[in-house]
Amino acid sequence: MGRRFWFPGGLRLPGHKAVSTAEPIRQTPVPDQLVIPLQQHAGDSCRPTVTPGQRIERGALLGRAEETGAHVHAPTSGEVLAVEPLPFPHPSGLSVVSVRMQADGEDRWSDALPEAIPHWRHCAPERLQQRIQSSGLVGLGGAGFPTSTKLAAGHRHRIDTLIINGVECEPWISCDQALMLQRPADIVEGTGILARAVEARRLILALEDDKPACLQALRDALDQCTGIALELIPVPARYPAGGERQLIQTLTGQEVPSGGLPPELGILCQNVATAVAARDAVVHGHPLTSRVVTITGNAVTSPRNLEARIGTPMRQLIEAAGGYLGTPQRLVMGGPMMGFALDSDTLPVIKTSNCLLVGDAALFPDPAPAMPCIRCGACADVCPAQLLPQELYWHARARDPEPARSLGLFDCIDCGACAVVCPSHIPLVQYFRYAKSELRAADHDRIAAEEARERYLQRQQRLEREQAEQEARRQQKKAALKQRGEAVTADPKAAKQAAIQAAIARARQKKQLEQGLREDGEG
Amino acid sequence: MRGRASPAVAPPHLPPTATVSAIMRQVLYALIPGSAAMIVLFGWGVAFNLLIAVAVALPCEALLLRLRGRPVAPFLQDGSALVCAVLLALALPPLAPWWLPAIAVVLALALGKHIYGGLGFNPFNPAMVGYAAVLVSFPAQMTVWLPPSASGPGASLGLMESLHYVLQGQLPTGLELDAITQATPLDRIKTGLSAGLTLEDIRDPAGTGLLAGSGWHWINLLYLAGGAWLLQRRVIGWQIPAGVLLGLAAPALVFWIISPDQFASPLLHLLSGGAILAAFFIATDPVSAATTPRGRLYYGLGIGLLAYVIRTWGGYPDGIAFAVLLMNMAAPLIDRYTRPRIHGRTAPGRSTRSRR
Repeated sequence: MGRRFWFPGGLRLPGHKAVSTAEPIRQTPVPDQLVIPLQQHAGDSCRPTVTPGQRIERGALLGRAEETGAHVHAPTSGEVLAVEPLPFPHPSGLSVVSVRMQADGEDRWSDALPEAIPHWRHCAPERLQQRIQSSGLVGLGGAGFPTSTKLAAGHRHRIDTLIINGVECEPWISCDQALMLQRPADIVEGTGILARAVEARRLILALEDDKPACLQALRDALDQCTGIALELIPVPARYPAGGERQLIQTLTGQEVPSGGLPPELGILCQNVATAVAARDAVVHGHPLTSRVVTITGNAVTSPRNLEARIGTPMRQLIEAAGGYLGTPQRLVMGGPMMGFALDSDTLPVIKTSNCLLVGDAALFPDPAPAMPCIRCGACADVCPAQLLPQELYWHARARDPEPARSLGLFDCIDCGACAVVCPSHIPLVQYFRYAKSELRAADHDRIAAEEARERYLQRQQRLEREQAEQEARRQQKKAALKQRGEAVTADPKAAKQAAIQAAIARARQKKQLEQGLREDGEG
Repeated sequence: MRGRASPAVAPPHLPPTATVSAIMRQVLYALIPGSAAMIVLFGWGVAFNLLIAVAVALPCEALLLRLRGRPVAPFLQDGSALVCAVLLALALPPLAPWWLPAIAVVLALALGKHIYGGLGFNPFNPAMVGYAAVLVSFPAQMTVWLPPSASGPGASLGLMESLHYVLQGQLPTGLELDAITQATPLDRIKTGLSAGLTLEDIRDPAGTGLLAGSGWHWINLLYLAGGAWLLQRRVIGWQIPAGVLLGLAAPALVFWIISPDQFASPLLHLLSGGAILAAFFIATDPVSAATTPRGRLYYGLGIGLLAYVIRTWGGYPDGIAFAVLLMNMAAPLIDRYTRPRIHGRTAPGRSTRSRR
């Protein structure tokens, strides 16, 4: 076991995990109708591969990722009702092209599933990577970065260390904890598969030090399993210890470069749920069609973890958890620190839905009015990126947020620790997000302006070149005319002959050219 | 969610864990032991100072907020005016005419705070602005100190006698002002040393043998206890108090070792003036202090060092107020050069990404 390091800042938050982990993960029944958005994560939207009326089976491809993104598969068997833009869980509240389907209740797996690879230890890494890509895997921790894109980074950088992230640092969320308790062997096997796919030598599974039961379960699973040298490392339970950059810093003492990604350090991070999904994709050939979702909060009757098909209406999950309790105020997808509020419980569960948090006014009180910043520095004390939020705030408020860039605005990971400790109740995260979007828009405009300038210069050059060519041709013609004039004076008869010959040649050439064009047109 | 949730609600969804008024309230609690000791040792005058300062501060703050067109209630509730008034009252001489704390508080709030845009925007510590203003304007009243009742003769005036003096400037018949007042220990040392005496000659005319002036010890140790409580509650950070105390004690120690006859001991510097109150309660005003962790240490060191220089070679026996105001001016510069290294970047702010 390596030396333990430390990350700066952070804060202790009450976990509220026990309420949802009293009972094991339960399967939720497949709903009658499902809505599967064709964009569920970072990257481009998938191109639909089904048409209304088509009969499909579980695991069939619904949408193909073109360049970036991950494929989307049918969560059950049934009939495609429509392929149309529908609202999906996203902070923007916008709609995205989705497949609406009617389940037939048989829940048959497709015959065309890829072949199961139980002996993955003897399988080429490329084949494992290909399988993970074709199974539509994304990071299931919440950010939803396509797993294949992450693995592909290993082509450019040698991956030495694979970190499996079981540090579920946000309060209330417990789906990873439930998986570590119930499917430790699958997590270990999935880790082995991911490690083989990127040929990592060092394997670490990190989890919070206040989860001894998970640690024991994983230890037992590891004892049963041979050939996977996985280090289990408990890390202090302090928010945001599970942030990718903070976890890498805690485990290795290294910092991911500003603007860079972990593979630059030879490190790859994957969530425990992603490891389980990778295992199902390889060992069973099952694409990602379901996930574990924590239904919790103080306005849900019996908080629990549920395994749900992608596309299940959230409402149904809340009912499976006993329904609403009291007067729910807010439905949040994700945790209370970084999750976002949804305006409807009819939205579908997607690959990144790790938690549905339902709270009443006691959990989510209305924000108090913001007071002026008193520069107390409490925000800087908790900032895990070692930023000075009080200074960033000053610039984010200003009309020109440009100076915030050099003060590290884009090193902010949106963890929200600063906003929670601010005694003046300033919504710092909102200010920073706004400033980031302003600066990105400014960057976009600047690039667009540069491109326009480039185009203009090229056009100018082209016009000048054409003019020069024209001039050269005119000179040439002039010279030829002059020459001919001289020839005419020398021998008028021969000159006339030559002119006739030239005219014939020109006519023939023209004819040929026209014929060629016609053929091109037909072809 | 049955139309209940508003998508405009942004993360984090957890309510904030602290409020400005809670911070200010804790600062006031921490001041209770020290100020109680001051009332016990210096008499009712201290209590009148406190009462007058608070009674003037609240309406004055409300009026200034109204003039600036700001909501009065939320800003009055933040408690910052109250803390400013209490700190100022504790810094003033224990037997002062009523208009002295009143003027000091009005100047502190108007010129120290609201003229710059109110709470959060003042570059100078308001309490010290008020203190410095009355110190240069009314030097006679500002240097009249009483001896702690435990020592000097005729120290204690009764409640009514004190009130009479505060309101009308009259002492009971038969008592002269000079008869009951006594310079502060630091003042005594300053005048003594400049008259060519050694510290041995100056020390403790009452013969109690206490180095820092008896009574002052207790006040400062109780302020220290209050400050330690604030530290433990994380209302203040350790950097500024540590800086102030170290900045004052370190040069004091050096010079005292070189010439114990000519220079007061570090203990005397720490415990006989306003150093403890300043270190834990005044210099820690976050608005006018440096805000980076390292910057706060430098800021505190600067205050301690400047206070020592003013006390030893300057024109005032206790240089805390001017030291704080001078370092207030330096705070933005200190912040600029003490920014922490950002995660994934080198100290000058470049990404640690290898150039390709």
